[in-house]
Amino acid sequence: MTTPLFEAKNLQKYFPVKGGILNRTQAQVKAVDDVSFAINPGETLSIVGESGCGKSTTGRAILRLDDPTDGEILFEGQNLMELSKSDLRQKRKEMQIIFQDPYASLNPRQKVKQILDEAMAIQGVVPKAKRPERIRELMEVVGLRPEQAERYPFQFSGGQRQRIGIARALSVDPKLIVCDEAVSALDVSTQAQVLNLLKKLQKDLDLTYLFISHDLGVVRHISDRVIVMYLGKIVEIADKKDLFDSPRHPYTRALLSAIPIPDPSKTRERIVLQGDVPSPMNPPSGCRFHTRCPFATDICKTEEPELRSTTFMNETHKAACHHIEKIAETEKTSIV
Amino acid sequence: MGSTVNQSPGKAEIAAPESRFKGLMKQLIRNKSSLFGGIILIFFLLIALSTVLSQWIPGWNFSLMTHSPTSTDVLNRFAPPSADHWFGTDQNGRDIYSRIIFGTHLTIWIGTSAVLIGAVFGIFFGLLAGYYGKIWDTIIMRAADILLAFPGILLALAIVSALGASMNNVIIALSIYNIPVFARIVRGSVLEVKNIEYVEAIRALGARDGKIIFQHILPNVSSPIIVQASLQIATTILSAAGLSFLGVGVQPPLPEWGAMLNDGRSYMWDNPHLTIFPGIAIVLLVLAFNMLGDGLRDALDPRSKK
Repeated sequence: MTTPLFEAKNLQKYFPVKGGILNRTQAQVKAVDDVSFAINPGETLSIVGESGCGKSTTGRAILRLDDPTDGEILFEGQNLMELSKSDLRQKRKEMQIIFQDPYASLNPRQKVKQILDEAMAIQGVVPKAKRPERIRELMEVVGLRPEQAERYPFQFSGGQRQRIGIARALSVDPKLIVCDEAVSALDVSTQAQVLNLLKKLQKDLDLTYLFISHDLGVVRHISDRVIVMYLGKIVEIADKKDLFDSPRHPYTRALLSAIPIPDPSKTRERIVLQGDVPSPMNPPSGCRFHTRCPFATDICKTEEPELRSTTFMNETHKAACHHIEKIAETEKTSIV
Repeated sequence: MGSTVNQSPGKAEIAAPESRFKGLMKQLIRNKSSLFGGIILIFFLLIALSTVLSQWIPGWNFSLMTHSPTSTDVLNRFAPPSADHWFGTDQNGRDIYSRIIFGTHLTIWIGTSAVLIGAVFGIFFGLLAGYYGKIWDTIIMRAADILLAFPGILLALAIVSALGASMNNVIIALSIYNIPVFARIVRGSVLEVKNIEYVEAIRALGARDGKIIFQHILPNVSSPIIVQASLQIATTILSAAGLSFLGVGVQPPLPEWGAMLNDGRSYMWDNPHLTIFPGIAIVLLVLAFNMLGDGLRDALDPRSKK
C-alpha cells in the first residue's frame, strides 16, 4: 500500500441549531458524522450522495474552510487541525478548491490576470517579475488564450469561467484539489470538456482530486475510487469498478438503479426508496438508512453497522451494512 | 470598450468596472428626479464653494452675498423683500438673503462631515461584526440597537447637552447618531458577500483577513454604503437644523438655517419672510439629497428596478 497523501480520521462537523429566548444551542445538525477515508497520491476519489448528505461539508471541512467539530485531517502525515492560523495559510497552497458556481467564484471587479496574480502573490510561489509569463502559461494550460487574461469575468461563458477557476487553483501548484460539484452547473457538452481538462491536468501535473458530485455519470467517468454518503455517514467505499458493478449497500443499489440506461430495449429493476431522507438533526438510531431500507431487520434499528468487507468482496471494497451477505444471496439470481 | 471580440449582439451589456462610473452617470441623468436633485445640489455646492473660496483666498471675492451676513442695521428691521434686500431683513436688520447664502456651506459641512465620520466608524464596526461574527457581532449589534432605540434627534440632543452647544459638538453628536445606521447596513451586506465563492476562494488561497475584508468584501458592499450616505446626509441636515431650532445647535450669530428658523419663530405671524426663506432652503437641499439618493439606489441596486 502506498502512503496516503491525505487522510481524514473520524471527521465530524456539527452545526448548532440555536433558538429559544437565550439563543442557546438546542440541537446539532450532524452534517458529517464520524467519517474516515484516505486519498492516495495521484488518484481521484469521488464522494457521491444526494443533497444534504454532507458531501460538500466534508470537502469544506478538510480544507478547514469550515472548521471541523472534531476529528483529524492529515495532509502528508501532518495534522491540519493543529496548525496555527499562519501555518495553515501557508499550507493552503498544497490544497485548492474548485467551486460549483462559475458565476460566483470569480470576483466581478478583477481582471483574470489580477485574479491569477493575486493568488500567486498571496502564496509567494512565483516572483513578481515572472508572474506575467506564468499567467500566460496557466491560461494556455486550461485552454484559454493568453490575451484573454486582460478581460473581466463577465466577458466569459460559464465553461470558460470554470477554466479560470481551475487556473486559479493551479496557480499555486497544489497537490490536492477538491472539486466541489465543479461541473454540476455546466451544460453537458461543457461538462465533458471540463472533465477531460481535469483528467489531462491530473496526468500532466500529478494532481490528486477529491471529486464531490451528485452526478453518477460524471463520477463514473472521472473517479478511481468512490465514496457513497448518506446522512453524514459513509455507507460504501470501493474502487469504481467494484462499486458500479457490484454495489453492496442497499442505498448504493438504489442510487445506481436510478442511472438511466441509454438503450431503450434494456430494462432494469428500478429500486424506488420509500419516504424522505430523515432530518440530520435527529437521525435514526442504528443504521441511518433503516427507515427506508427494504432489507432492514431489528438489528438495523439498534446497532450501527461498521464499514466492513466480506470474503467475496475486494479488500478495498467496504460497505456499512449488517446484511451484505444476505442481500448478495438474494440478488445472485437477478443480476443484470 | 471597443476591444470585446466575442460579445454576441443582443446580450445584456454589463459594464466593465472602468466604465461603471460612466454608466452610473448616464443612468442618473436619465432618471428625471435624480437629475433634478443633482442640479439643485450642484447649485447649492457652487454657492457654498463661492463663500468658502472668498473667505480663504484674500483679494478674491466671488461671494454671492450682497451684504455682510452678520452686520446689523437697527433702522431697517423687518424690511420686506426689496431690490436691496432680496429676501428682506430680520429682527436685527440683517440681510436674510446673504445669511442664507453664508449658511449654505455651514449646513453642507455639518451634513457631509457628520455622515463621513459616522460612515467611517460604522463601516469599521459593521465589517468587524459581519466578518468575525460571534461575540463581535453580539456586542456591536446590541450596542447599535441601543443607539437606534432612541429617536435620532433625542439622542443628538442628549449628546449636545452633555458636550455643550457648538457646531463641532453638533457634528460629533450627529456622527455618533450615524454610526449604527452604517454599521447595520454594512454588517448585513458583509454577511451576504462573505460566503460568496470568490471570497471563499481567496480564503482557500490563504489570504489574510485584512486583504479579504478590504480588497474583496468592502468593494463589493460599496453600493449600499454610497446610497445610504446620500440619503443619510439629508436626514442629518434636517437633524442639525432641528438642533439649531431647539437652540442647542449652531449658536448665533452664525446663520445656520435651523438657527434662522428659530430666530424668526417669534415674529412668524407679522413677518413670515424671516422663516419662509430659510425653510425653503432646507427643504430644497434635503429634497436634492433624497432625490439623488433614490436615483443612486435605482442605478446601483438592480433588484430595486421596476
